[in-house]
Formats: sequence, C-alpha cells, structure tokens
Amino acid sequence: MNWFETLRTAGDAVRSHRLRSLLTMLGIVIGISSVVLTVGLGLGAQDKVRDQIDALGSNLLIVSPGSSTGSGGVRGGFGSSSTLTLADAEALADKAVAPDVARVAPVTSTSASLTAGTTNWTSRLVGTTTTWEQVRARTLASGRFFTAKELASGANVVVLGADTSNELFSRGSPVGQTVTVNGATLTVIGVLDTSGATSDDSSEDDLAVMPITTAQRLSGSTSTSVSTVYVEAKSADTLSAAYQEVNAALLTAHGVTSAEADFSIATQDALLETANSTNKTMTILLAGIAAISLLVGGIGVMNIMLVSVTERVREIGLRKALGATPSAIRRQFLIEASLLGVSGGVIGVAIGVVGAIVLPSMIDQPVSISAPAIAAALGVALGLGVGFGVYPASRAARLTPIDALRSE
Amino acid sequence: MSAIIAMSGVRKTYATGAIAVEALRGVDVRISEGEYVAIIGPSGSGKSTLMHILGCLDVPTEGHYSLAGRDVSDLEEAELAQIRNREIGFVFQQFNLLPDLTALRNVALPLVYAGVAAAERERRARVALERVGLADRADHRPGELSGGQQQRVAVARALVTEPSMILADEPTGNLDSVSSADVLGLFRELHVAGRTIVLITHENEIAAQAGRVLTIRDGEISENGVVEAGVRG
Repeated sequence: MNWFETLRTAGDAVRSHRLRSLLTMLGIVIGISSVVLTVGLGLGAQDKVRDQIDALGSNLLIVSPGSSTGSGGVRGGFGSSSTLTLADAEALADKAVAPDVARVAPVTSTSASLTAGTTNWTSRLVGTTTTWEQVRARTLASGRFFTAKELASGANVVVLGADTSNELFSRGSPVGQTVTVNGATLTVIGVLDTSGATSDDSSEDDLAVMPITTAQRLSGSTSTSVSTVYVEAKSADTLSAAYQEVNAALLTAHGVTSAEADFSIATQDALLETANSTNKTMTILLAGIAAISLLVGGIGVMNIMLVSVTERVREIGLRKALGATPSAIRRQFLIEASLLGVSGGVIGVAIGVVGAIVLPSMIDQPVSISAPAIAAALGVALGLGVGFGVYPASRAARLTPIDALRSE
Repeated sequence: MSAIIAMSGVRKTYATGAIAVEALRGVDVRISEGEYVAIIGPSGSGKSTLMHILGCLDVPTEGHYSLAGRDVSDLEEAELAQIRNREIGFVFQQFNLLPDLTALRNVALPLVYAGVAAAERERRARVALERVGLADRADHRPGELSGGQQQRVAVARALVTEPSMILADEPTGNLDSVSSADVLGLFRELHVAGRTIVLITHENEIAAQAGRVLTIRDGEISENGVVEAGVRG
C-alpha cells in the first residue's frame, strides 16, 4: 500500500468522524494558536523597544552620572550634584582626546510648566547644545534649531516637541509665538518632527528644547552638572573604540580608577538587551504554558486514536485478512494521527494569524507574525501527531486477524 | 489435478492458563484445483480453527500445510498477509464490507494491498462486480445494498485478486433463504468456471451444494465421500 493510498484512507477516516476529529484537534488548535500569539506578542514587544531605542539616534553612547557596580546595581553621585558636568562633555568633544567621537550633546532635563496665552502644559525642559539635533537624529517640522550664538548668549528661544506644540498651540503656527516658563518669556523658533518611535507615550515628542545656558538660568542654578551626555560615534565600526576613549577620558578627568567610576556608559545594544530580558522572560513563560496545552492536545490525540483502534477492530481484522501487513496497518493509523495533528496545526496557525491581526487594535500591543514560528508550530503539530500516534498505531498493528475478526 | 491444499498431520493447541486445549488433532486434507469442498461440523468441532489455518489467519502448532505449492506452516505475520492477499479470497458470514467505501472501492481493497495502480484496480474491480451481477451498484455504499447484494460484493472482493481458493465461512449465515440460494448459485457458477471453493458451514443443505463434504468432529476430519451419507449431530 503506497503512501498516497494510506493518506487517502486516513483522510476518509478523519472525514467520516467529523465532529470527533474536530474535538480531537481542538487541543492542538488551542496550543498552536497560543504559541503563534505569544511568540508574536513577544516579538512585537521587542520590535517596539527596538524602535524606541533606534529613535534615540544612531551609533550612540549614553553617558549617565553614577556608576554601574559589578553586581549590576547603580551607585548614585555624591549629594545632589551630578558627577557629570559640561566640562566633561567639552572634553569628550576634543578630537585629540576622543578621535572616534563625531559629536557630543550634553543634556539637562527638568520638568516645568509652560504657558502660552491661557494654556498650561507641563513638559520636560531639555537644555542642550546645538549638536543635539544631529546626535539625536531629529528633524524639524517647521522653524529652525537654535544657533551657537544663541547658545553662547543664553538666548530666550525654545524648540518644541510635536506633542507639546499641539498642546500649547492648537491653532496656527507656533513659530514666532512665545511661551512663558518660570517667569521668563521664550520665543518659539521651531517645532520638532515626531520622533519615529512607535511608542504612544514616548516623552520624546513632549519636550521643550533650549540652549543649555538658558536652561541653567531658568532653573536658577549655577551648577554645570548635566543629566546625560549623548555621544555619537563616527560609525558603527568605531563605536567600541569611541566607548573606550570616552571611558578613558572621563576616568582621567574625574581622577578615578575604573573600579571607582562615577559614571556609566550605555550603548543602544545594552539598553535593548536590558529591555528585552524582561520581555524574554514573559515570552518564555507564556510559551511554556502554550507548550503544556500542546502536550495536553497531543495526549488527546493519543486517547482518541486508542478509542478509534478499539472501535475499528473489525476493520483492522478485515484489512489484515485481505492482505494488509502489520506495517501497513501501523502506517495507516500513524498517518491518521499525523493528519489530525497537522490539521489542528493549520487551523491553530490560521486562528493565531487572525488573532495577530485583530489583537493589536484591541490591546494596544503590536503582535508580529513570525514565519519561522509558524513553520515551527506546524512542525510541532506534525510531531505531536506522529509521537502520540505511535502507541495506538502499534496496538492496531499487533492485533491478530482472528481476534480482530471475531469481535462482534 | 494438482493439490492446491495439502495438509498433513496438522495439530493446533491453544494454551489457556494451565489447560491446553487441542482444537485440531492431526488433520490431513487434500483439495485439488477446481474442487468445490464443504467442511461441515457442529460448533466446538475445530471447524473455525481449521478455517483459520486454511485461510492463513493462523499457523498450525504441528504438521505441515502447503498452499498452492508453498509451505506456509511457519511463516511470519507479514508473509502470511501476502499469502492471504494473493492466494485466498475470503467471504465472511458478516460480509465485512467497510461502510464508508463504495462497493467499487470495497472490491478494490485487496488490490490496494497488492500494490496495484489505481486505474488498474478500478478496471479489475468493475470486472469483478460485473461477474457477480452488480455492475450497476458500483457507487453504492454497503448500507444502500440488501444483504444478498452485500454478500455478492464480498464475493466480488474475494474474486478480484484471482486467488487460488475462495474460502467462505458460513456465507449464508446472515441471509434469508432467497438470498442464500442466490449466493450459493453464484458459488456454483464460479465452481463451473473452474474456481476452487472451500465452504465452511454447519448446515447439511448448504454442504450438499459442494462436490465433496469433509466432516470435522472433535478436531479430527473424516471424509463422507458422498453427501447422502449425512452428518450426525
């Protein structure tokens, strides 16, 4: 009996017990669709995080005050003052100190209330230098960024994020208008494009960027400390060289050894890894639950196949009397179980894909449809059918034709 | 005529727990090509055991059985399956047709296991159905056929592989008298056409159809020679 005939026989058997076959597949359908969905959710979350981190700019090193200790914790700076200063940023921009660094953008960040006419909006005040625009790979929707001259003079100018601009100036162009912050009146000279991050609550679009000198004056502080220094390497290839240079330069500037480092440098990859490790744990957990439901589904297939063998003893006996060898019978039942597994897998993948398309609009989470995951799910479904079909099939094959025919 | 079936000293012992039951106690049977033989015996006589061994559904504990010139006394299950497929056409009391298949596919079933290609299977199955007068029922399922028709389909299935022998086990047991006569008429026709037929029954009138009657009693066989001698019990 060739494979095509066996497949046809198995197909007939599955079709002639439609309801039972569907119920048998149900476990596998649920298992496979949840695997497709959980993997999709996990990958979707990873894509989202990557988009957010990519939106920071490219080839970035993010230098923060405080240090990462060996055990992974972060030691804060002394007192309230940050250990990272404007001078550090200037040192890093020195080509002699760090030849692989393209641009440096020190950033101070505080929260403040902005007023435009009668509208109030609390936003993040970012004080920085003229390089911020390139380092953070931002573009302007309208107007211009502040100039070196305005930076040097601490001019009262501000560039608004897209969301901030919408909140404060719902009508008309904000460029040329004024906003009041801490009693000072700033002229809006530009509005940023949206950051491109897929995130819906990204603060990257809700900020007010101004010269760092202006920001210091507004906060009334004389401190030159900054909250972050963004360093852009010349290319992806020189990123690790730039890392070493920045690290060495800051250690020297602060007069500390690497064990006492009072700053930390993160790359985008490192940020991505940290963000993904939580996601990964969740994905593994959910996939584990899905795998258990698949196992239960497989046991369901075995259970029904055993019942089916008992029920069809006469058919088996007859087929043997007519010349079916034990291996032909084994193959028939094995193929039948595999067919149940694969059909369940196909239905499960279909439901998973539909879910991946429908779900994002309901739970506000991206769900990716991953071809390798679907292929693997189908493979697992087939494997389950075969694996859990082996025992019932060999039971059928072992029946002696007399016993099988005698059962009435 | 050459012997299609040659059994000598066949014994079959079933061990159930501590007790060994001897179902056949040294049976010698010779059946020639083209013979129509009835094997008659009451229940418990070893009739079924003999049928199983004749049909290569079981192997003897002792003795030799040669079918169509080949010793099949101690073959493996897979080899026996091949022998059954090629040499024996079974007709059962319960018809044993698969309810989900059409008459045509039921008839073609043994050819599937013989590895015959689909087109050839269908052609041969149609010829066999025509032979039993059911060519017009080829696409009916067993449930749509009368008992007599179902048994005719089963006979067509037994014929389709051109076996050395047709082995019918109480073929009229589930049929009314009209259908019984019908099926027995078919066997007679096949016998006239040169088929070797072995019919197992417990009814004298049925056995009377055959050219030769073997009586089995307590695991031993005796030849009546002529039907008129009758069967005791």
